[in-house]
Amino acid sequence: MTQVSMTVNGKPVSGDVEGRTLLSSFLRDHLSLTGTHVGCDTAQCGACVVHVDGEAVKSCNMLALEADGSEVGTIEGQANSDGSLNTIQQAFQDHHGLQCGFCTPGMVMSAAALLKENPRPTEAEVRKYLEGNLCRCTGYHNIVKAIMAASGQNVSSIAAE
Amino acid sequence: MYSFEFEKPSTIADAVTALEGEEAQALGGGQTLIPTLKQRLAAPSSLVSLNGIAEMKGVCVEDDGSLAIGGATTHATVAREAAGNYPALAALAGQIGDPAVRNRGTIGGSLANNDPAACYPAGALGSGATIITNARQISADDFFEGMFTTALDEGEIITSVRFPVPQAASYQKFLQPASRFALVGVYLARFADGVRVAVTGASEDGVFRWSEAEEALNKEFRGDALMGLRINPANMIGDLHGSKEYRAHLVGVMTKRAVEACV
Amino acid sequence: MPKDSGIGASSKRREDVRFLTGAGNYTDDINARGQAYVHFLRSDIAHGRIKNVDTSAAEGMPGVVRIFTGKDFEGVGGIPCGWEVTDRHGAPMQEPAHPILAQGKVRHVGDPIAAVVADSLEQARDAAEAIDLDIEELPAVLDMKAAAQDGATLVHDDLKNNICYDWHLGEADNDKVDEVFANAAHVTTLDLVNNRLVANPMEPRVAVAEYNRGTEEYTLYTTSQNPHVIRLLMCAFVLGLPEHKVRVVAPDVGGGFGTKIFHYAEEAFCTFAAKACNRPIKWTASRSEAFMSDAQGRDHVSTIELALDADNNFVGLRTNTYANLGAYLSTFSSSVPTWLHGTLMAGNYKTPVIQVNVKAMFTNTVPVDAYRGAGRPEATFQIERVIDKAARELGVDPIALRRQNFITEFPYDTPVALTYDTGNYHGTMDKLEAAADLAGFAARRAESEAKGKLRGLGVNCYIEACGIAPSNIVGMLGARAGLYDAATVRVNATGSISVMVGAHSHGQGHETAFPQVVADMIGIDESMVEIVHGDTSKIPFGMGTYGSRSLAVCGSAMVKATEKVIEKAKRIAAHLLEASEADIELKDGQFSIAGTDKSVAWGDVTLTAYVPHNYPLEVEPGLEETAFYDPANFTFPAGAYACEVEVDPETGKVSIEKFTAADDFGNIVNPMIVDGQVHGGIGQGIGQALLENCAYDENGQLLSASYMDYAMPRADDVPFYAVDHSSQTPCTHNPLGVKGCGEAGAIGSPPAVVNAVLDALNSGGKAVDHIDMPVSPSRVWTAMNG
Repeated sequence: MTQVSMTVNGKPVSGDVEGRTLLSSFLRDHLSLTGTHVGCDTAQCGACVVHVDGEAVKSCNMLALEADGSEVGTIEGQANSDGSLNTIQQAFQDHHGLQCGFCTPGMVMSAAALLKENPRPTEAEVRKYLEGNLCRCTGYHNIVKAIMAASGQNVSSIAAE
Repeated sequence: MYSFEFEKPSTIADAVTALEGEEAQALGGGQTLIPTLKQRLAAPSSLVSLNGIAEMKGVCVEDDGSLAIGGATTHATVAREAAGNYPALAALAGQIGDPAVRNRGTIGGSLANNDPAACYPAGALGSGATIITNARQISADDFFEGMFTTALDEGEIITSVRFPVPQAASYQKFLQPASRFALVGVYLARFADGVRVAVTGASEDGVFRWSEAEEALNKEFRGDALMGLRINPANMIGDLHGSKEYRAHLVGVMTKRAVEACV
Repeated sequence: MPKDSGIGASSKRREDVRFLTGAGNYTDDINARGQAYVHFLRSDIAHGRIKNVDTSAAEGMPGVVRIFTGKDFEGVGGIPCGWEVTDRHGAPMQEPAHPILAQGKVRHVGDPIAAVVADSLEQARDAAEAIDLDIEELPAVLDMKAAAQDGATLVHDDLKNNICYDWHLGEADNDKVDEVFANAAHVTTLDLVNNRLVANPMEPRVAVAEYNRGTEEYTLYTTSQNPHVIRLLMCAFVLGLPEHKVRVVAPDVGGGFGTKIFHYAEEAFCTFAAKACNRPIKWTASRSEAFMSDAQGRDHVSTIELALDADNNFVGLRTNTYANLGAYLSTFSSSVPTWLHGTLMAGNYKTPVIQVNVKAMFTNTVPVDAYRGAGRPEATFQIERVIDKAARELGVDPIALRRQNFITEFPYDTPVALTYDTGNYHGTMDKLEAAADLAGFAARRAESEAKGKLRGLGVNCYIEACGIAPSNIVGMLGARAGLYDAATVRVNATGSISVMVGAHSHGQGHETAFPQVVADMIGIDESMVEIVHGDTSKIPFGMGTYGSRSLAVCGSAMVKATEKVIEKAKRIAAHLLEASEADIELKDGQFSIAGTDKSVAWGDVTLTAYVPHNYPLEVEPGLEETAFYDPANFTFPAGAYACEVEVDPETGKVSIEKFTAADDFGNIVNPMIVDGQVHGGIGQGIGQALLENCAYDENGQLLSASYMDYAMPRADDVPFYAVDHSSQTPCTHNPLGVKGCGEAGAIGSPPAVVNAVLDALNSGGKAVDHIDMPVSPSRVWTAMNG
């Protein structure tokens, strides 16, 4: 066992982990931050996306010890300080960008990373950016729409709400 | 995963020492290695992360105009930082995996793994890059030895990769729809002394140069110069996603598109 | 004006808040104190005889609690099949045993052989690797037609052959059918494959089981669409447990799409082992494990023939299908190729003579069962593809050919056992033609051609039978369960309401839409109504969520229970207002005496029900009512879909440029949620049509065993969809007039995509009349150059 320390959602945390402990396991099992989900074992589905030092990564595809000393952001830390939904989260609710909710944490975290680097993405840019996030429920329509809305764009002309 | 020790040295020298241990294995971004470990298809005694070695990170322009990329540089960094000096290579890096994978995956890891459908081997071979290790320099033409096989010795680390910058270049990737690796990817680079065409995704033997196309394009650099050229399907990969014949056909189409993107 | 609350309003989903903040509670988020982990050692060959499973070396390994093999389950029941299909000769289907852990043989890659319980998952995996297997490999049975031949290798040695049943529906007289075809002016024949799919809800299956020695009670947390069904099957057929001692909880479930309907060996194992090991047991499937253990979908090989008269009227339809059931009968597998498929072969058309023949086959593959649409996509694909081919052969407009043959009078008795209560197929087609701007297609085609691309337009119709299902009818057809549903409306003293429903929400938004109905009926704010679901200890009973049934069946039970509540509340209100009960009206949460301004509020009445000081003596205190609802008929959502594609002639790559859906779902409670359901279904349909393919090699090895080879649709594979559901013919036999919308998209979209691709290729001078799904670039290119 090795001690790992990091800042998660602004709070310093540490724990004893094995070399093989994944960041997703550390978050879920050690810190009980179960909002980060694991949907595959080949780093494709993106349900586990978190931010490490400001960048989106697949936490099921990164060892916890690799994040030692890092700033980690998860879905649990996304809401506003008063507990209300942040702009992206609110857009997902407003535009029905989620159904079963399992892919949602990864979608929100990827969307946040996208809008940080590209504040007003086109539809094509949103779709392209989400290529590492699978959703089985929504057909992506309302996810793309929600992200564009969260970027401040008028989405009222997009077919059917 | 089987149990393993984890080490994260901060210098190349320490990494080399750590990799001398029995069954020690280097860990780049881990985007291929970690899934492999999850399937218990590898059982290293220790993983030596190369991600803490500052001297192996970053993109810089050498005196001769070539681009040097540290072995532990992520695809996202290359996509961003090589865009000015070598846009085709930056574009290639920007097409690997997905954004989250690109934030972890590294050029050294990709080249050392030499997946037959990976993008970087085509970029390196097509550019005539030099792979620089802790021990030596290996030209791309000598580096790739077949599917998942390279000239690297046990414990040898890719510390950086030097890319000569061509006059024009283009990477044309046709996606395998599930993995988003290349079903066929063609990297074409036009230098003053000739054209290089490297093909990934297509061959049972991994990345290769399409010398007939190079010859034809050296005579006349336009898409039509490839008319009549045909890759032998016999050595192509045939699988769920495309037959040998289809891949052979795609090599031609992607090469033509790469030429057209350069003119 | 769109409504802002109640029935017809696009109320935002209340469940979203927990999902958007990471506060959901999925099964894998649940950990029991002291839990052990199970790892299943699964067969890596498709077919073999088990000679020995030696666990001795593994038993003593670190952390191992206990290792189970098939021997531990001798005398324990197997996984039951919930539907007994009777074959064309009146004999019951062949029904092989389906043990929890393999006994005697392994029959598919992924068949569980042993279960290792250990303190940690990695220890369980370590020990599983130390189990010594002696398995004699046998030839794998894969090709359905070969498997049906005499002398074929048997998947189940104790069955007479590999044919589960040879079934028939519709016109039984072969001579009559032959005569129709012989006399037809034109016959179009098409061989096609409905590709095998993997449902792939994003949440893999998980089970956590506990046993309390003090109370002798079991609790199973499981990723299920129907916890009561799991409890019933597991208790009555598998483990022989008293139902009242078993609680099954399906908490937040990350998508189902059918594959979480079924009772699986792993959840029964965890329940069994929790007592045997005296520890809670947890199992979490990896995605790789899901690919070889979740029941898969579709996999039909069909020949369909359509006969037309000289005026292009459909006069006969005959179809012969081989349906793959895989190695064992999953819970509802037998019903899918028969009663959910054969009965839909009339489609939207008044074809007078229809004959459906289905041979259901055992093969050495993962079991196949219902996947979104379940049988209805297979029927729709056959019908709509053969019509499209007929239109091309005859040189007629495919929409006109469909319109000409539409059923227009309702109720309509089909030749294949259903009675469509209502519908308006011209109405949805009119909506489609407008919404899809079909008039502008020629210009769009010209634009595509200018870019060197081929553009195609594909149109099709669909009908489905939803609101599953009238218990008496399905009972006659072999169902071993009733398919009603139940709801309890519990009004609290302060007027807020908990509604315990048998439907399970795993993405469908019941927690939002169901309260809209109750709140609307009473005239109170939606936030006063809460839905409780997914826990057998909290809800009266429920058959769960599948077959687009939740609102049509469970919602009807909820309406009935709410009506009972209102009726009782009126009696209390009448007492308080000193009026006759018949004069009491309920509006906007106020009970009033008709024609007066005397009223009493909802909250005063509910408080009186629980504080009955001034109360009618003949009325029981309290305000809680339960209703069960058994539908009188199926519901019949229907619609018309249009797809436009571009094909890159050099690579064969297809891109979806435009997709339009016009559906008739009857009345609609929450349009936003309905649109979302259609979007998701279309996404899956496009996935089936272009990308997804669950393939086995000649040895029965799964080739598409992970997301590296199983192509899931991604955001950039699909466009925005235009969805219209303004053509509405309300269901005639349920109180809300609703039909169900969950499966329509997946049923209606694959033929539109394939029809569009073929239209594109033919527009480019390539006389291609069919390409099997998925219409991958490789297949398109091969078809163009073949």
